[in-house]
Amino acid sequence: MFNFSVLTNWIDSLLRSFMPDWLTVVTECVLIGLVLLTLYSVLALFYIYFERKVCAAFQCRLGPNRVGPWGLLQSVADMFKILIKELITLKHTDKFLFALAPYLVILASMLAFAVLPWGNGLQVINFNIGIFFLIAVSSIGVLGILLAGWSSNNKFTLIGALRSGAQMVSYELSIGLSVLTMVVFAGTLNVVEIVENQNHLWYIFSGHLPAIIAFVIYLIAGTAETNRGPFDLPEAESELTAGYHTEYSGIHFGFFYLAEYLNLFIVSGVATLLFFGGWMPLHFPGWDAFNHIMDFIPSVVWFIGKAVALSFIIIWFKWTFPRLRIDQMLALEWKYLLPINLVNLVLMVLVVVNELYF
Amino acid sequence: MVSLTILSSTLAVTAAITGIALVALALWIAGLISPRSFNAQKGEAYECGIPTRGESMAQFKVGYYLFAILFLMFDVECVFLFPWAVRVKELGGAGLVAIAVFFAILVLGLVYAWRKGALEWK
Repeated sequence: MFNFSVLTNWIDSLLRSFMPDWLTVVTECVLIGLVLLTLYSVLALFYIYFERKVCAAFQCRLGPNRVGPWGLLQSVADMFKILIKELITLKHTDKFLFALAPYLVILASMLAFAVLPWGNGLQVINFNIGIFFLIAVSSIGVLGILLAGWSSNNKFTLIGALRSGAQMVSYELSIGLSVLTMVVFAGTLNVVEIVENQNHLWYIFSGHLPAIIAFVIYLIAGTAETNRGPFDLPEAESELTAGYHTEYSGIHFGFFYLAEYLNLFIVSGVATLLFFGGWMPLHFPGWDAFNHIMDFIPSVVWFIGKAVALSFIIIWFKWTFPRLRIDQMLALEWKYLLPINLVNLVLMVLVVVNELYF
Repeated sequence: MVSLTILSSTLAVTAAITGIALVALALWIAGLISPRSFNAQKGEAYECGIPTRGESMAQFKVGYYLFAILFLMFDVECVFLFPWAVRVKELGGAGLVAIAVFFAILVLGLVYAWRKGALEWK
């Protein structure tokens, strides 16, 4: 497997050869910021296009097909359109909180985005508490949504924000416990170590039953966490117009839209990382020829491929299940997922202590 | 990317600044090229078309608050489990017993909330 740290180290030593140390660090930080910014926007644009095409396929339509080849530039055109739309100033809003909310939402998704390992030696933040940091920062997003709904001074947004808050906060518990289950199995919080531990077999195979249960719960909770699919009651358009971002216009609304799609990627990315080996190719112990062939596919392709495949499943949910009511949504979390998750944690501990894994 | 030479915390700050820069930059560009106009109707809340009655930042259903409190309780307990989860094998039997007691209290809390009817949406 090609190790991308060769490339980054080369850039580092190149910069160091003619710059003082502090300037190198500043330059590298700026470069990393630019890379993050580009990746973030490109990925969000791709996801908007992807979702629209998948939706179209499920409804026997063609989807966007006019702007650019196969409609590929449609979401770029949409972004430009949203940029030239007026930012409406409302009379009765809490101006400061209203302006602050998009910052928090984008900040949360950007920080979580930076922790994901993209390929062999290709990740921005390599904390020894990586996965814990990821859970911690992604919960900042709830604050942004609550502020957006509250500061708009509109009944729809308030109901939308409170529903969204209750939902995200509840399902965060399931995400936390699923991740905890996998941390028990992995024995580390470091994102890179988690991926490298899956060298011989992905966790979903080596952890068998408890890992599969944790994965299913994670996928359900992840769908709820991104306010999508059957859990889109915070923005149920038939009752709440657009939920918490009703009063936002132009690019202000665009931020919520961007963050929503990025969160979809982050949720699938974390699922990939914890259950499907991150950027690690599909390896089976003993199948040396097969493993060797799989190694030829670059690690970045593996990561993005797996994440997009999981996102496809989450989009699929949206077109399969009817929307839940708030009491059903809360009952699903607190009376089903949480107890199952607790039992699953005990099961995983038993598996790890007795070394019953592959 | 260059984790060898830059501290992770510096990179985390970089990512945070990038996020803020993205919003600020896009807002600045939008401010340059988007039209601006104001009239009394535009400044009103987007509700049903008739003038809004009453304050929207009002008291709200307490059920949401209850679930937030429950979440807080369980989430903090979940955080306490993380340090043990990393070292399950190394801590061995003593660790298991200690965490089992803690875990039992956690489950007891859930059972109590359930029996009290706190999980019902009323």
